[in-house]
Amino acid sequence: MTPQTDIEADATVDSRGAACPGPLMDLIGKMRDVDQGAVVRLLSDNEQSLGDVPEWAEEAGNDLVEVVEGDEHHEFYVEKA
Amino acid sequence: MSEHVVILGGGTGGSVLANGLAERLEPELAADEVRVTLLNDGPDHVYKPVWLYVPFGLREPEDGRRPLADLVDDRIDVREARVTGIDTDEKALTCRDSHRPVEYDHLVIATGSTLASGEVPGLEAGGHNYYSESGAEALREELLSFESGHLVLSVVGSPHMCPAAPLEFTFMADDWFRKRGLREDVEITYTYPIGRVHGNPHIAEWADPMFEERDIGVETFFNAESVDPEAGTITSMEGTELEYDLLVSIPPHRGVDVVAEADLGERGWVDVDKHTLEAEAAEDVYAIGDAATTGVPKAGSVAHYQAGVLAQRLASRIRGRPATATYDGKTLCFVETGMDAASFVEFDYETPPSPAPPSEKLHWSKLAYNESYWLTARGLL
Repeated sequence: MTPQTDIEADATVDSRGAACPGPLMDLIGKMRDVDQGAVVRLLSDNEQSLGDVPEWAEEAGNDLVEVVEGDEHHEFYVEKA
Repeated sequence: MSEHVVILGGGTGGSVLANGLAERLEPELAADEVRVTLLNDGPDHVYKPVWLYVPFGLREPEDGRRPLADLVDDRIDVREARVTGIDTDEKALTCRDSHRPVEYDHLVIATGSTLASGEVPGLEAGGHNYYSESGAEALREELLSFESGHLVLSVVGSPHMCPAAPLEFTFMADDWFRKRGLREDVEITYTYPIGRVHGNPHIAEWADPMFEERDIGVETFFNAESVDPEAGTITSMEGTELEYDLLVSIPPHRGVDVVAEADLGERGWVDVDKHTLEAEAAEDVYAIGDAATTGVPKAGSVAHYQAGVLAQRLASRIRGRPATATYDGKTLCFVETGMDAASFVEFDYETPPSPAPPSEKLHWSKLAYNESYWLTARGLL
């Protein structure tokens, strides 16, 4: 099942297939590039991301707008503070 | 017309593959039905694990260099060339010093990693590293005379070569200062980009107590945003600032530009099927070692095992047989935990690592392997 949401992302990082910490590092790399207020969507099929991404978003002061869990992968929407 | 295999890069992956093909395709090479060309941008093969020991004055960079021509089978055409373009539609490479393109039937990209310190402002001027020959030598100049102050080891980029090496350097430095009676005057802090001390949670869990026992400071979720060499500070995008007297960093890494420009993946890495090592964006193109995005560490053992798999797959394809060998993610690493003790980990796509208890025997095993590595490069071990 493909995750569903109405949120529109300004950029997408597809880290499906990457082992830990690949997805989080890919997200951090993209967050360095985008402007304040931009929403980045991370696609990850690594279960560890469900813990890593919210923890980092809180630590960095960014807003984890939504996590959409799917059967084959999860989607994380993070807004740059 | 003979079939042409071109290997780009003469590091561990490229050398092991070239020697593997020389052995597997012996009759075809003798009959001139197959040609194998290894292109490298210099005359030498470089064994990078030596660099960890250079800052401590234990090894010289030259210990990790040997002429590629001495390591690769005579049946392989070894050429020094700087490739400037990869055209996967025309199946041809352009080289800086030649107007004639190199045409291929099968292309293997084994171009490894490069450092991208410039991506973090101030890092080049303010930080040292042991991830290059010149970096390791410059760090040696600082470290050998460093007797007091704050040493910060910051993992700035990930993925990076040898994921164990930041832990190794930190544990070695702690032990080295302790043995010399200087540890009370040297504060050590280790920073890591995510919420634990290593990307792999099993290795992080194993290493955690050692940081505490040895009084090594830890800053997790520390993604370096800038370095101020004048003030001696490093600041993270999470808002933490650390003052340092000696900054040792693991700089951001990239693949090589010519691969990035060929649209085979991001940042010069090649997106591949992690089992067959075939590029996702082009036919008859493969990648091994650091250049391949497989999700396992950028480590010599990975390049070594992937080269063995690809030698089998290419030999099968050239003979018109189904290619059945696949890479299972096998990775081996010795991990130094001090100046005279080491651990050992082995894992693959399905099996997580379970680090062995540190021992002097494993430390000597690591040093012994470093000496016998040249047999690996020759395809013998």
